[in-house]
Amino acid sequence: MTTYIIRRLIMMIPILIGISILSFAIMYAAPGKPTVLNLDPDISVEDRERQMERLGLNDPAHIQYLRWMGNVLQGDLGNSFTRKQPVTQLIMDRLPNTIILMVVSTFLAVIIAIPFGVLSATRQYSKLDYGVTFTSFIGLATPNFWLGLMLIMVFSVQLGWTPVGGVSTLGSEFNLLDRIHHIILPAFVLATADMAGLTRYTRSSMLEVINQDYIRTARAKGFRERTVVYKHGLRNGLIPIITIFGLMLPTFIGGSVVVETLFSWPGIGKLFIDATFERDYPVIMAITMFAAVLTVIGNLIADILYAIMDPRIEY
Amino acid sequence: MGKPENNVIQQQSDQTLGKRRSLLSIIVAKFMQNKLAVFGLFTLAIIITACVLAPWIAPHDPNFQNLRNRLAPPGPEFWLGTDHLGRDLFSRLLHGGQVSLTVGFVAMLGAVSIGTTIGAIAGFFGGRVDAFLMRLVDVIISFPNIFLLITLVAVLEPSMEILILVFALLSWTGTSRLVRGEFLTLKNREFVLAARTIGMSNTRIIFGQILPSAMGPVIVAATLAVGGFILAESTLSFLGLGIQPPRASWGNMLTYSQSVTIFRTAVWYPTFPGLMILITVLCFNFIGDGLRDALDPRVVEK
Repeated sequence: MTTYIIRRLIMMIPILIGISILSFAIMYAAPGKPTVLNLDPDISVEDRERQMERLGLNDPAHIQYLRWMGNVLQGDLGNSFTRKQPVTQLIMDRLPNTIILMVVSTFLAVIIAIPFGVLSATRQYSKLDYGVTFTSFIGLATPNFWLGLMLIMVFSVQLGWTPVGGVSTLGSEFNLLDRIHHIILPAFVLATADMAGLTRYTRSSMLEVINQDYIRTARAKGFRERTVVYKHGLRNGLIPIITIFGLMLPTFIGGSVVVETLFSWPGIGKLFIDATFERDYPVIMAITMFAAVLTVIGNLIADILYAIMDPRIEY
Repeated sequence: MGKPENNVIQQQSDQTLGKRRSLLSIIVAKFMQNKLAVFGLFTLAIIITACVLAPWIAPHDPNFQNLRNRLAPPGPEFWLGTDHLGRDLFSRLLHGGQVSLTVGFVAMLGAVSIGTTIGAIAGFFGGRVDAFLMRLVDVIISFPNIFLLITLVAVLEPSMEILILVFALLSWTGTSRLVRGEFLTLKNREFVLAARTIGMSNTRIIFGQILPSAMGPVIVAATLAVGGFILAESTLSFLGLGIQPPRASWGNMLTYSQSVTIFRTAVWYPTFPGLMILITVLCFNFIGDGLRDALDPRVVEK
């Protein structure tokens, strides 16, 4: 097992290097040489040349890449163009908000999707099963941002039950109820990004388990149906589902861009969109790299969990 | 064409063609049994026809602004109401559909062509070529798509052409893995060996012999991909990073519908463009599912 994990970690290195080269290439090729934007437009050509030289922008691409990479490895992601702050600090300020949103979303996705997946498997071909399957189809076809718009329209504006956006009521003390009030809609919208997939996955996993011999044995022993399904079935049926959490990480990170923008949630996704419109390249690249690393880690976690759960996988 | 060997091939392919025709009728029959898939195909046909004919059937000019008709409710004059600038929503939906559907289809064609070619090369040649191409796929897949998409679109200035290009360049990886897998199993079959024996070139073996047998899963993936691209286009356009106004797309029509006044008084405006996206993507997914069952020989007719 340890050797498997180590081997997988080593395999990550070329992928991460590839990602960093791609990130750098985009920034390098960006029109209007990023750092020039930072300079005063009125300065003379000679001054600008001197600045470019001082900042190392006249060096060949591979030297610039190595220097940039060296800084990144030391945790220095450069400074934001528009906010005059270190990128690392900007990200760290907003990271907690994104993490809270993602945790609550995962929780919602799990408590909604898994029960429906299990019910739809144990009552295969029932009305409930068709209903769940059809709803997942609709869910997969619904644009996440539009679902958000509709929910804001109905719950925030017309019914006035929830706030239109933000993390908490401005100027108020920390108040758990107020926080929950603010997070419920964005978290639900983000959760739906993966809910349909999770439900279908749970259903097929449970179906596979229910047809196994040991379930028949449990039934033959005379256990109640509920004990059979939830004690013998669910435990084994949930094993493959655990791995999907690793894969949910990238979906949520991507989904946070839309949801945070929609609900003015001051997290990383919102920062990313703001930076895009301001052409704040250091911030854009840092968040892209950050998200890519999280995706790779998410995939790694999924694979490792899978290997631990399923003894048939060879490492 | 005079050589005897060629005649043999000719005969063989005639035979397979005859067989394929009956295979096709089996596939069609299986597809027609799936009610949702048929419903999807029918609905989609209506939507596509209406969007293609938009210049002739749209009751109003999609970009004609009339502030006296701002946020007019649906009625005989404006079937689905108007937007915040008094433009007819129904006409804009038809014209916007042209844009959204074009992005979906052209990006799919691009992604599938790239993915098929790279997957075929990787699977057919194996070894180092395969290892290199698959590592490339690993890198591209590791990128959270939306971040790379937004970065690229922002760097390159958003437009319909850029959207299509970026979608195609980032989304071929799934197809390439699929095709590679098919090629790995198919390349050692007898018919490939036979083609090799008679001295057929690699290109002809890849594209003429193996690829047709590997197309089933690709067609399914391609159908689902169109829906995916339409969703992606609408999301980017909604964020202001896709199709730029005044040109309508289903996504950017929703950008300006985000206001408390509209949410309170003009419910139709944010509702209809979203419904169009939902219904269209749903149709593609139904058709894709129907095709998957129809093209899978293991699924037997009931």
